[in-house]
Amino acid sequence: MLSVLLDTLFDGISIGSVLLLAALGLAIVFGLMGVINMAHGELMMIGAYTMYLVQNSFGGLGGVWFESYIFLALPTAFLVAALGGLMLERWVIRYLYGRPLETLLATWGVSLILQQFVRSVNWAMVIGLVLWGALILTGRLLVWPRWGNLPWMSRVWVIAAGALAWGVGALAGERFGLALEEPWFGAEGVDVNAPDWLQGGIPLGDFQLPASRLFIISLTSICLLGLYLFLQKSPWGLRIRAVTQNRSMSACLGIPTGTVDALTFALGSGLAGVAGCAVSLLGSVDPNLGQEYIVNTFMVVVVGGVGNLVGSVVAAMTIGILQDLFSSGILPLLLGDKNPLTGFFNFFATDSMAKVIVFALIIIFLQVRPAGMFPQKGRSVDA
Amino acid sequence: MTSKILVTENLTVSFDGFKALKNLNFSLEPGELRVVIGPNGAGKTTFLDVITGKVQPTSGRILFKGQNLRRQTEEQISRLGIGRKFQTPRVYLNLTCWQNLELSYHARKSVWGTLFPRPPRDERRHLGHLLEIIGLVPQAQSRAALLSHGEKQRLEIGMLVAQSPNLLLVDEPVAGLTDEETGKVGELLLTLAETHSILVIEHDMEFVRQIARQVTVLHEGTILCEGTIEQVQADPRVIEVYLGQPQE
Amino acid sequence: MLNLRLSRPKALLLEVGVVFLLVLATVFGVPPLLTAAGQAYRINLLGRFLALAIAALGVDLIWGFTGLLSLGQGIFFALGGYSLAMHLQLQIPTGQLPDFFSLYGVSQLPWFWYPYYSFGFTLAAVVLLPALTAALLGYLVFRNRIRGVYFAILTQAALIVFFNFFNGQQKLINGTNGLKTDTTELFGQLVSSQPIQSAFYTCTVVLVAVAYFLCRWLTSGRFGRILVAVRDDETRLRFSGYNPTGFKVVVFAIAAALVGVAGALYTVQSGIITPDAMSIAFSIDMVIWVAVGGRGTLVGAILGALLVEFARNNLSDQFPEFWLFLQGALFLLVVTVLPGGVIGWVRTWRIFPPPTVTTYPSLEVDLEPEDDQQDSRD
Repeated sequence: MLSVLLDTLFDGISIGSVLLLAALGLAIVFGLMGVINMAHGELMMIGAYTMYLVQNSFGGLGGVWFESYIFLALPTAFLVAALGGLMLERWVIRYLYGRPLETLLATWGVSLILQQFVRSVNWAMVIGLVLWGALILTGRLLVWPRWGNLPWMSRVWVIAAGALAWGVGALAGERFGLALEEPWFGAEGVDVNAPDWLQGGIPLGDFQLPASRLFIISLTSICLLGLYLFLQKSPWGLRIRAVTQNRSMSACLGIPTGTVDALTFALGSGLAGVAGCAVSLLGSVDPNLGQEYIVNTFMVVVVGGVGNLVGSVVAAMTIGILQDLFSSGILPLLLGDKNPLTGFFNFFATDSMAKVIVFALIIIFLQVRPAGMFPQKGRSVDA
Repeated sequence: MTSKILVTENLTVSFDGFKALKNLNFSLEPGELRVVIGPNGAGKTTFLDVITGKVQPTSGRILFKGQNLRRQTEEQISRLGIGRKFQTPRVYLNLTCWQNLELSYHARKSVWGTLFPRPPRDERRHLGHLLEIIGLVPQAQSRAALLSHGEKQRLEIGMLVAQSPNLLLVDEPVAGLTDEETGKVGELLLTLAETHSILVIEHDMEFVRQIARQVTVLHEGTILCEGTIEQVQADPRVIEVYLGQPQE
Repeated sequence: MLNLRLSRPKALLLEVGVVFLLVLATVFGVPPLLTAAGQAYRINLLGRFLALAIAALGVDLIWGFTGLLSLGQGIFFALGGYSLAMHLQLQIPTGQLPDFFSLYGVSQLPWFWYPYYSFGFTLAAVVLLPALTAALLGYLVFRNRIRGVYFAILTQAALIVFFNFFNGQQKLINGTNGLKTDTTELFGQLVSSQPIQSAFYTCTVVLVAVAYFLCRWLTSGRFGRILVAVRDDETRLRFSGYNPTGFKVVVFAIAAALVGVAGALYTVQSGIITPDAMSIAFSIDMVIWVAVGGRGTLVGAILGALLVEFARNNLSDQFPEFWLFLQGALFLLVVTVLPGGVIGWVRTWRIFPPPTVTTYPSLEVDLEPEDDQQDSRD
């Protein structure tokens, strides 16, 4: 009985760790810019696919390569997702500052595009995209400066270049057939094979601590510690905290708020990428992966409160453990058949019904603490 | 005690240990025009926040016409008869001046009252008169977003009056106004003072001299001294914390 | 000087007349035309999309006018749809159970199905069940002054919760398979038969007009001005003596009722309701209809729903691969380039008078103005 309870608790903590890893990025971005990034889940998905790619390239080499590819995959996923986030911030979000609800819709659009991209990406598409990017860059560097006073010209250029690039990609696809047109990943899920040392477990008493979950928990702890040190000890961390607290004052003091935003967004996105790696160890990776985690991640931010790492940690762990506690059906087991509550808990003892009750608990919690666990206080909160 | 319109007793407000107001004892007679001054961070705006229910007092109490305001929400306090003007003018930018006033004036502020309003009889006359007082007749049908800063300030004061409160709380009404506009707002306040109790928070000493009869100086969340403008300006403690050097 | 509105009754009369003519044209004119053109199946599509337009009106009411972005309207859509579908499922000889129950070995009708035997109750439930659910959820959220992005993601979480509930309960409501309506009978005729479908089509067109005038009434008077005030500066409104919570709860409930009606009408015309009506994407689609048409304009909401859905219907058949790309791009475009939607864009032609209400809320007070961001680019 105790081991079952311990097992549930352990599972809950590892689910909470994944949530936390995903929520950290979301929370610092939300605290800084008041923006919810609906594409955050898709950045996780990109991290997971990066892991898959790295595993394919290095895992195949076997031996020590296979055993350690994960340590290459993590930073790669971080960088890829951070780059994606950076582009998102530079090209979309910065134009929508001060309009959080519109940002939410725009990032949802981005998330749709990313999902479909992963489903249908193939060489032909990549050729087209690269060509488009190259044409735009050429335009920016060589053509636009000469037509400085014609802003519409750049738009025409971008659209024309897009059409050209699309045509070239389609033609190439037609010419070389499946070699270029076969989707890289497809709509079906792909599986990441964890190294052997992550597939076993560490025996503890009469049950096994699964190594992959232990790995996720330690990964989260390391990321959390790293983020804490970065925010508290580094000069850029100080700037991020300053802008979070008072944006206009920071700008007046010469802090480049635009750079801070971009940096924070990239950092948050990178963390999402790492979270994606963690998720890929738990199950198969498919284009909808982001959607499955994103709502719970939002809830962590809502419950934890804004701009507070401790809040996020407590919220993620609580939600993770509660979710597992209800869905595993351990409560009815503990209460026994006689208890009147047993039927109630049995009714909720599935994954989806556990979500129902956790949400109900969140709503109740918000009745008591509307601003989350650790609300900010002071005059400036509600201007 | 009950003859006073506003009384605070040992009022303390703290944010995470920082005391914005410390044991503040303050009282205002009905019909009085009082100016509160104080250096930055003295707790002036917090003082208004706590009266209007935006911030709950940590300890102590506030009595308005003898009634304790503890645990009342902003809208309840507003309906009791306390109107507030914000530091930066806050009007509804997408409504016209007329609609702004109408919205503040409306007597039945429940959902039903707004869905099925009674035919306005005195309302038009009253609001038209009010528009004349604040000098915005020509702008009555333009959106508030199109008004100048000074016009917004006057509109907000108008909205305040439209609520027909007993007590007006006015936070820096002349910040960012030209001298001429400042004079106008001053006259407006003096006119209103004939029928309302008014508490003004202000930095502009010129303006304070124009309107003030009684002045209260706040410093670090407590009252430093009270008196006429001359008394206050002569007080060495005030000179030390606030004025630095007496002007003139 | 203040009687600028003297012409208002005339304008109102004109508006009623135009809407009446449009209703007549859509009911009696469009179906024969489409049939003559050999596109009879489009009548059904039009009926369905007009039902969605009712939902769009509801979303416009809360988002366009009041500034509440709900990503959970699918809940109310499904509640309306399921209510009617349950009634139709029960149009069988007494004592029998709807077919699907036998799959799961259920022999006793679950208790909450019984009221749906009554047609009157069902009609009431289509409107009231979504409205009351919304009122409860709204009250719990709004009274704590939770708003903006928080409100948006809470409604989305609620949506997921309802989805999970409906999806997981096979024994109660057939879980993920949903409830079919096209094989059921109403007034002794198959619901998918021509006369019944025509009746639903007519009903939908009329209800669009009714919903339009309801929203028109709500948004043109004092109530409407307070909605705008809630959107622009809710905190200030409290100091004017209004309690925004009540207004937000009421408007959220009305919007939910509209979406519920839309769900019921859509269900009977498409023949099935499944928990997919509560997918995250569908609820956000409702918002994008309004954004495309033009926020804060009722005509825009209707127009946007029709435009987007017909575009989806045509394009997703031809380019299933690319529809999501297009949709994503549409989101980005409408938010960045076309914030006023189609109607806002048309208005820039200056043929029609400019709006009395701008379509997006003012900047949040403590966020920095844009000029700070527009540094070196272009």
